[in-house]
Amino acid sequence: MITLGIETSCDETAVAIVEDGFALRTNLIARQEHLHERFGGVVPEVAARAHVEALNPLLAQALDETGLDHGDLDGVAVTVGPGLVGALLVGMAAAKAISLAAKKPLVGVNHLEAHYWANFLEHGKPEPPYVTLIVSGGHTMLVHVPELFRHVVLGQTLDDAAGEAFDKVARMLGLGFPGGPALDAAARTGDPTAIRFPRAMEDSGDLDFSMSGLKTAVLRYVKGERAAGRDIDVPDLAASFQEAIVDVQVTKTIEAARRTGVQRVLMGGGVVANTRLRERLVADGSSAGLEVLVPSLALCTDNAAMVACLGAARLERGDRSGLDIAADPNLPLTL
Amino acid sequence: MIVVGIDTATPQVSVAIGTETAILGRIQIAGKARQESVTPALQQLLAWTGVDLERVGGFAVGIGPGLFTGLRVGVETAKTLAQITGAPLIAVPSIDAVAYAVRHTERTIAAVIDGRRKEVFAALYRPVPGGVVRLTEPAVQRPEALAADLQAVPGEVLAVGDGAILYRDVLRSVGARVEFASPAAAHPDAASLVELAVPRFLREEHDQVFDVVPMYLRKSDAEIAWDSRARGSQP
Ligand SMILES: [Zn+2]
Repeated sequence: MITLGIETSCDETAVAIVEDGFALRTNLIARQEHLHERFGGVVPEVAARAHVEALNPLLAQALDETGLDHGDLDGVAVTVGPGLVGALLVGMAAAKAISLAAKKPLVGVNHLEAHYWANFLEHGKPEPPYVTLIVSGGHTMLVHVPELFRHVVLGQTLDDAAGEAFDKVARMLGLGFPGGPALDAAARTGDPTAIRFPRAMEDSGDLDFSMSGLKTAVLRYVKGERAAGRDIDVPDLAASFQEAIVDVQVTKTIEAARRTGVQRVLMGGGVVANTRLRERLVADGSSAGLEVLVPSLALCTDNAAMVACLGAARLERGDRSGLDIAADPNLPLTL
Repeated sequence: MIVVGIDTATPQVSVAIGTETAILGRIQIAGKARQESVTPALQQLLAWTGVDLERVGGFAVGIGPGLFTGLRVGVETAKTLAQITGAPLIAVPSIDAVAYAVRHTERTIAAVIDGRRKEVFAALYRPVPGGVVRLTEPAVQRPEALAADLQAVPGEVLAVGDGAILYRDVLRSVGARVEFASPAAAHPDAASLVELAVPRFLREEHDQVFDVVPMYLRKSDAEIAWDSRARGSQP
């Protein structure tokens, strides 16, 4: 079974083809970071325009590289949310047209669900139950997956997503956009214990997150140092800020596994590309007796392979979307 | 030859199937779900007219100017249909289709599409046997500026399009020389796209699928803000 995946929910145009659910035939991504850099963030209209230019050549390349014809496809999977509505609509228009022209079934998938399905492309599909930590530019959430396709949200951010906090602090430090990779790189030579920032909500007793206190603390520190005429040690600050975020995420994820009694933790989302978060979750998780699965870097950030992988499984269980399926910028992670 | 026309530049989307000699079917939809209705409308038209998509000899798509988000849905749908079926694609300015639909007039035609934010997309046309000829390139402007342009047009004017209806009072200030076309002609009609594209298909004046993009005429807000900051910071 050959499944085509299309992903245009934010600023990556992506097309992938997956065979038998998990075997990656091709995974293509057209990045737009250079278009958004000067604005310090993703501009929805700029992203949507770029998708229209990038998507069709990418689709041609995917078919070309795999030697497949549209007639060889068994289904088309596309992200329908959450994401930027104008951007989502471009990928969905293409997916619907392929479904109609190739006479193949269409299935709309949830971007957040797809993020943790990225693990299955590399690690096989372990039996649930598990807990998944999804962290990206737009989301920070802990979800219990008691069985496939069932989700119980255990906790989420009450304000900014982790990725947003990374971007904002990176901007404060003049590290550029996107902030995540820049901050990660800067932190590598820094001392994570140099500055003690607050661990927001670490002891709140629930599994929710909050980034605003930490962000304010970093801002206050930067202003204070500058007012005192001291230079800011960027690597130390980056490492200390990163450690504060990572500490809370690791603690809460392990706590979520303990509360739900699961043995396995799956990570997903762009922020999972963060070196320190990966290291710490794998190390601390295994000391707590948990198996922690992390996608490779290319499958953490937005891609269509995860969309095709999840779509294939959904098609297999009989899920179908009509050609009239709507984009849902706030699609919740439910059934 | 069978041609499919798709236009989503305005709040009323239009899908049609036609040939050199007849329009076989047409669906026009306004409302909140219109963007989700484009592919289903085409599927329905194909079923009702008994045309298989493989028999379609070309796709004609309206590229605006118009409302960006909706416009992209039609453009991306048509590009992908052409790519997958292998049938050629022709991009037609939606505003041309608006003017073409009222070509049986002696007047100068002002096609005016609402661009939101108190601006319109407008172009002037002269009717000629069998069609219209563009006198001015489509441009984004304030309705007041368009009224001033119309003031300078010799002879009588026929204003058509949802922008003409919306800013009727502003355009009427030019005087009795301006007449307004029926609201039935206010949106680009995919049947007009088919008519406009058929001769081009027969002459094989196809567009490259990868190169077809909407006619935006206006940058994104972020780019506009960036440009004005850049101008402001110049010494
Ligand atoms: Zn994502």
